[in-house]
Amino acid sequence: MRIELQQRQAPSAIARLLAPVLALAAAFLLGGVVVAAMGRSPLAALDVYVLQPLSDPWALQEMVVKATPLVLIAVGLSFCFRANLWNIGAEGQFVVGAICGSTVALATHGTEAGAWVLPAMLLLGTLGGMAWASVPAFLRARFGVSEILTSLMLVYVAELILDYLVRGPWRDPKGFNFPQSVTFDEAATLPFLTDGGRLHVGILMALVAVVVAFVVMGHTIFGYRLRVTGEAPRAARFSGFSEPRTTFIVFAISGGLAGLAGIVEVAGQIGQLKPSISPGYGFTAIIVAFLGRLNPFGILLAGLVMALTFIGGEAAQITLRLPFDLTRTFQGILLFCVLGADALVTYRVRLVRGAPAQAAGRAA
Amino acid sequence: MTELGATAGAGADETGPPLIAMHGITKVFGSLVANDHIDLAIRAGEIHALLGENGAGKSTLVKILYGLLEPTEGEIRWRGEPVRLAGPQEARSLGIGMVFQHFSLFENLTVAENIAAAMPPDLSLAEVAAKARDVSGQYGLSVDLDRPVWTLSAGERQRIEIIRCLLQDPRLIVLDEPTSVLTPQEADRLFVTLERLAASGCAILYISHRLEEVRRLCSSATILRAGRVVATIDPRAVSAREIAGLMVGTALHDVVAGRGAAEGAPRLVVRGLSLASEKAHGQALRDIELAVRAGEVLGIAGVAGNGQGELFAALSGERLAHGPDVVAIDGKPVGHLGVTERRRLGAAFVPEERLGHGAVPDHRLAENTLLSRHGTGGLVSRGFVLADATRALATRIIETFDVRKEGADPRARTLSGGNLQKFVVGREILREPGVLVVNQPTWGVDAGAAALIRQALVDLARSGSAVLIISQDLDELFEMADRIAVIHAGELSAPEATGDLTRETVGLLMTGAAAPKGTVHAH
Amino acid sequence: MSIVEAILLTIVTASTPLLIAALGELVTERSGVLNLGVEGMMAMGAACGFAGAILFDSTLLGVLCGILAGGLTAALFAFAVLGLAANQVASGLALTIFGLGLSGLIGAPFIGARRDPITHLHIPGLTDLPLVGRLFFGQDAFVYASLLLCLGVGWFLFRTRKGLLLRAVGENQTSAHSLGLPVLRVRLLAILFGGACAGLAGAYLSLVYTRFWSPGMTSGRGWIAVALVVFAAWRPDWALFGAYLFGAATVLQLHAQAAAIGIPSQALSALPYLATIVALVVLSLGRRRDTGAPGSLGAPFVPDR
Repeated sequence: MRIELQQRQAPSAIARLLAPVLALAAAFLLGGVVVAAMGRSPLAALDVYVLQPLSDPWALQEMVVKATPLVLIAVGLSFCFRANLWNIGAEGQFVVGAICGSTVALATHGTEAGAWVLPAMLLLGTLGGMAWASVPAFLRARFGVSEILTSLMLVYVAELILDYLVRGPWRDPKGFNFPQSVTFDEAATLPFLTDGGRLHVGILMALVAVVVAFVVMGHTIFGYRLRVTGEAPRAARFSGFSEPRTTFIVFAISGGLAGLAGIVEVAGQIGQLKPSISPGYGFTAIIVAFLGRLNPFGILLAGLVMALTFIGGEAAQITLRLPFDLTRTFQGILLFCVLGADALVTYRVRLVRGAPAQAAGRAA
Repeated sequence: MTELGATAGAGADETGPPLIAMHGITKVFGSLVANDHIDLAIRAGEIHALLGENGAGKSTLVKILYGLLEPTEGEIRWRGEPVRLAGPQEARSLGIGMVFQHFSLFENLTVAENIAAAMPPDLSLAEVAAKARDVSGQYGLSVDLDRPVWTLSAGERQRIEIIRCLLQDPRLIVLDEPTSVLTPQEADRLFVTLERLAASGCAILYISHRLEEVRRLCSSATILRAGRVVATIDPRAVSAREIAGLMVGTALHDVVAGRGAAEGAPRLVVRGLSLASEKAHGQALRDIELAVRAGEVLGIAGVAGNGQGELFAALSGERLAHGPDVVAIDGKPVGHLGVTERRRLGAAFVPEERLGHGAVPDHRLAENTLLSRHGTGGLVSRGFVLADATRALATRIIETFDVRKEGADPRARTLSGGNLQKFVVGREILREPGVLVVNQPTWGVDAGAAALIRQALVDLARSGSAVLIISQDLDELFEMADRIAVIHAGELSAPEATGDLTRETVGLLMTGAAAPKGTVHAH
Repeated sequence: MSIVEAILLTIVTASTPLLIAALGELVTERSGVLNLGVEGMMAMGAACGFAGAILFDSTLLGVLCGILAGGLTAALFAFAVLGLAANQVASGLALTIFGLGLSGLIGAPFIGARRDPITHLHIPGLTDLPLVGRLFFGQDAFVYASLLLCLGVGWFLFRTRKGLLLRAVGENQTSAHSLGLPVLRVRLLAILFGGACAGLAGAYLSLVYTRFWSPGMTSGRGWIAVALVVFAAWRPDWALFGAYLFGAATVLQLHAQAAAIGIPSQALSALPYLATIVALVVLSLGRRRDTGAPGSLGAPFVPDR
């Protein structure tokens, strides 16, 4: 038995839209199998993971809050992935963004510094993420070193820097020796959209990023440049688009948005620096980008879906005592399913019985 | 089907069933019928030509014959017995050998390893090498077995393919466009080898679009057009013009060349261009000098892999030269400028590879207009793409250059080679560029499209532009070029007026056997 | 035992999993497939290896479980990239995320359990030699096995017909296919071998190196193994050299932390990752054009039929 693929002449638009839905369904099915293999009821898990959060207004707000960093990062990553460049170190850029932005919050802590604090934090966070991302971009453009490996290695380095800071120089002296910074002043905290709600203005930034990305990607020469670079690098060169420059720009965009997400998360959600400020947003955003088919509005939806798995994962940890790793497992399965569903859009897949045609004579 | 002349070969075995007979072979890809009920029979000792335009279905048919593709319908008989070829191994074990057009070699492996890769797995590398040595001695096909393939010339590479084939002790050898990458002299050597093989009883299926070769070598020929057999003939009994008519289906017009302006001002000038290749096994350029004048077509001949791609990259600005003065367009130094800046100075470029270089395969034609024209006005405003303008331009190109396509704005990869090439060349010519550099303008293009493209290029030159054509096809250069230079091992010979040159002298320059640069002009 | 000897011995133990995982990935990449999921496969090997060893109370059976787990996760990857021609980079990431998650589920019940040290070679006389005795004649079986594996991979790739087949498929899939070589089957086997090696490396981590299991214990070693393959220019002998170089860096960094020389421990912990980046840059300076990468590395393969 073997699989034969035949390229479709024109992949249908409906198939493109349905592919992520199909992938999601398949992933839930396989996730259920994993839960069943653990000796738990898949239906109870589905209830806790999906149905309860969706019917609880507080959880719905939390979902939007969690989707914010995912969407910000994934929108940035979609620029990279369109150009076939692989920034998989967004987690590190997120952390560095949080660190850089927090310098302002910590420096002005307890002072009467005014309204400039928050914009300065956001700006520094963005720049920090950009700077961290420009290292792999530079190494690729100048030395031809794989950006995949370098961007990932820098995640570990960034996390260690954060660890050092919150255990060392930035530790709150009144924090009972916990590895965490002081809690940010109100001037260094993102305002909430509604009184008593959980929604902060970072959500608006994510929405702006989605709309801007949609326009840039679909209607500008820069968006065209990225698509050409990703689909036909030689044609991009023929077109006069320098690859090193493209690399720098997309890494700056994705790093900047990841850095922004980092400082937004710290200033909006957490309110202080801790060793773990992210449950893996930078990696999950990769899945969000693919699940959203690299389309900004698709990413918006996909970000909400993935945020749900975080909320559900936390709930399942408490109520069902299902480990949080189940969420990670599910996320991995989902990414496989998304990639597999893409194949169904691009190719006509059929199963052929019998030994591979070419095996004869060379089977030894 | 027309029958012109008898189908009989000199050394062919006339009795019994043919060595191989294909009956009613049909192959359908999606909605495309590549082969439509094709019949083909070859006898032992016969050199049989398979003729047809690009896209007529020749490659599909030989892939079926070699087991690489499964026919949708039809039957193959080997010595009268029906066979099913599940893969190349089975074809080889029957005695079918194949010499591919795009050689199926592994650049970083040695010659011996390349040969061994296609041999039964129970033979050791040493045994394969010993056998290869025997065969190469027997047929006078000398190659160094320990060298990595990337160091070898096209002729040597083909020898590896032939040795690999002969080691299987084949009864039928299929050669796909074997002379397309050879110099005339190398082609002559190949013909001698093939005739010896045929005399020893081996059948040969010879695929080519070069009619003179076929008339010289082959005793019978099957002609394909649009996936169907249109005639089986004795090529020696029929004129080349008649055969061409059968292949194309309509009468072809010769390109009206006229004479180029002898004393136009130089519009594209290259001085002392040296450039290392950036590919692992590419060819460095060495001290290239050339000038293309207004109104002329300058041809650069050469065997593939002698620096054509690198020269194109340096002229287009895809790679920058060492100094500004190394390349000049209309007197302006541009060596330091990129592609877009050079385009803005009136230059235009057509690369060799259509899909993936000259056009983005999965983009629609309208989007593909942007590829080379986004920087020269009209299509982009303040960073935003003017979608209507790209569509209008695509329509103009399609109408002016008779680009045939399905649907209003199809993806580039759905066009046939000829139609996509017309689009890519048309996109540049419609700009009326002052300088046009074209690499392999009609490679893999059907005759009708090739004629249209060649005429358009000549007309552009006659209107005062400087046109530089890099081509492996000597016929094409002799037809169009006012002067011809030859590139070999990264060096360019001094251009000579086409009228003063013969195919033999150009062929010698292509092998690097002729006097080095400079001495040509010494008398 | 002198401190130098102790350090040398730990270097060997730290290098062995890197070497095994890198050799597996090297074979996979030589066939033209880039599997970035080594980290995930290694994590699975570590968790399943440890679980198996506890459940069957046998290190050998545990190791077999680890190998099997690595192979099975690799099969998932193979299905995606060979069967469905999915993007290899993205599929590798999916495998990493999946492997890290699932290994967490599998390993969780075994947190806190500990394995006894495994037996080491002992040749009376030789093993007792000062300084070099235990280094050369007193290692555990996996160390010797990893060295044999290195020799074996080199011999297979460059001295056998099947190795030639594998290199040919990785070098040019189009040529290989037109000669009728079984491209997909060769790649399937190479991916499975890579997975088995990563699984073995993971099992070694949990059963020999630390002798307990903890979440995220691979801590980037799988990624370093991928980097080692580039560093080694796809050659097994250089992979051996690279693995020991990185093993040494890791161990010296740990000793420096223990010695409390005034540098923050996080800076020392970051050294292996920074060293990887530096090594890749330095290597690229030496070979600007020919990296030694297989010609078809990372390209999907969809034959007509």
